[in-house]
Amino acid sequence: MNDVNAIHMENIWTQFGDNVIHENISFNLPKAEILGLVGASGSGKTTLMREMIGLQAPTKGRVMVMGKTLDYESGHISGQMLSQCGVLFQKGALFSSLNVFDNIAFPLREIGVKDFEWITHLVALKLTMVGLSAKDELLMPAELSGGMIKRVALARALILEPTLLFLDEPTSGLDPIASQGFVDLLCELHHDLGFTVVMVTHDLNVLNDLCTKVAVLAEKKLIAYGPLEVALKCSHTFARQFFHNKHAEKVFMNREHRFG
Amino acid sequence: MASSKNKLISKPVLQIGQENNLSSINLKGSWNLLAINESPDIIHELKGLQINSDYIWCLDEVEALDSAGAWLIWQVWGEEFPIQVRIRPEHKRLFDRWKTFSYARPEEAQKSWAQIFKDENKVILAFYRHVFNGIILLGQLLLDTLYLLRSPNKIPWPEISMTIYSSGVKALGITALVGFLIGIVLSYLSALQLQAFGAEIYIINILGMSIIRELGPLLAAILVAGRSGSALTAQIGIMRVAEELDALSSMGISHSLRIIFPIVVALTVTLPLLTVWTNVAALLGGVVSAWHTLDISMQQFVQRLPDSVPLVNVFIGVGKAAVFGMLIGMIACHYGFHIKPNSESLGNETTNSVVASITVVIMVDAIFAILFMGTGMP
Repeated sequence: MNDVNAIHMENIWTQFGDNVIHENISFNLPKAEILGLVGASGSGKTTLMREMIGLQAPTKGRVMVMGKTLDYESGHISGQMLSQCGVLFQKGALFSSLNVFDNIAFPLREIGVKDFEWITHLVALKLTMVGLSAKDELLMPAELSGGMIKRVALARALILEPTLLFLDEPTSGLDPIASQGFVDLLCELHHDLGFTVVMVTHDLNVLNDLCTKVAVLAEKKLIAYGPLEVALKCSHTFARQFFHNKHAEKVFMNREHRFG
Repeated sequence: MASSKNKLISKPVLQIGQENNLSSINLKGSWNLLAINESPDIIHELKGLQINSDYIWCLDEVEALDSAGAWLIWQVWGEEFPIQVRIRPEHKRLFDRWKTFSYARPEEAQKSWAQIFKDENKVILAFYRHVFNGIILLGQLLLDTLYLLRSPNKIPWPEISMTIYSSGVKALGITALVGFLIGIVLSYLSALQLQAFGAEIYIINILGMSIIRELGPLLAAILVAGRSGSALTAQIGIMRVAEELDALSSMGISHSLRIIFPIVVALTVTLPLLTVWTNVAALLGGVVSAWHTLDISMQQFVQRLPDSVPLVNVFIGVGKAAVFGMLIGMIACHYGFHIKPNSESLGNETTNSVVASITVVIMVDAIFAILFMGTGMP
């Protein structure tokens, strides 16, 4: 079962002090799927994703990533996951004292790649893939626009060609054109590289255009999981408010035409 | 870690064989970045191949290939597909990507002599700019003080009180400890010299004069510069990075009135108080040591101290401390506002702030020593 699953979450409970965030959350995400995690602010979407990355341990339950159970107690999860995961943080998390080139080359150097020619070509290829050019290599993060920061951060997340990509609100703070560009870019990269994607998002266009699976979190539970149609049919109050407002209906109109 | 990786990926393998009377190069296993990186010999093996067009390249048994592996093989191929190659379609796509990819590394600007001269000038100018900005800051503080004297209801009491608490109350422990230990050290060293002349009783003069007039204010100032000056600089820097300064400006709130003024006032008030506290701790350390080594009692010490150290020395020490506090506050703010939104700048300016504060404090102390050379001597 676990060979075909990129992520397997089993009876996950998360608690901060007396505050319960997740109650008994379980799901399997098959490989090469794109999962959109949605929920109200404070519903624990990012926390759930951090548990998948290994940055945070759930209070109870088991998380398997690419067939391996995460061992939170050993403290070496990042190392174990290094070869398989790329993470795009909400604000990019670029190293402010390094230029674009060094930011993207950082994971390569960390795993011990020393051939400068090899590094430069891989960095340049990834820059091109995310729609930036070689002349941007020497810019410092402070000189980049919001959209460029996201692209550079994505290039860094992709540099080791991960099989699993985590994105925390990848289109937040982008204008609609840049946001659509980012969706198209991810679509193209997903087609080319065939990775699995887990993303936290509030963007209905991203859910509609990109996600093959949607997980809806509300009242500490997973209230819907499956293709977008499952979420659209969910009768929970949050799901109805989120997926059946005026804006959502416009976004999903074409889909309803397509899928009935 | 390495073992866990090894379980995930197989080794890259290169085999030379024969196929239809032709030499064949068979690549097997994982030819991705992590696998190749863990088998560095494979790169030398691959690059060392004497390639000619008679070879058949067999890549159909490659389990995993990524852009990194494809680039290495592409380089060995001389950036064109060999005449005879067997490859899986999903892997061919990776080579196609390198085929269409062109890259020219951007030139980093070379520095000319004129540029180097200009940069040197910038360093010299930066010093004058710091001095100039310091004068502007002082002027702004005077204007703010005049404004607040006319509108006392606008005095930022909460900010002043908060800074007094963080840089004064929280520093009581460390200043007392350092003061006490310095008092002991000073007393021990002096006692050895005084015993040689039979002038033990003068330990009270030495300790009283040096601690109250010189060491107390200087110790407190150096500790506050290192502890609170750096923290205040970093705090202002983080406010810039988090756009809190812009938020204040957009609400029409003056940075100098709400950030600089409270810091400078708080440190000007705190440092004299901390100096008195440090003096007491250092004298106590001195008394303990003197009692132990010279058998001079606490009672003797208390009785002789007012005669040995005229009261004006206390005022000089406390007055100096107030000036030191004001300078530390101004320098912390000055460097805090210089911080650019990156972690390197944050570290550099915080260091600069502490170094500048301590240097200026010692310089000003020297000026005070010259100015009050003939004052307060018994």
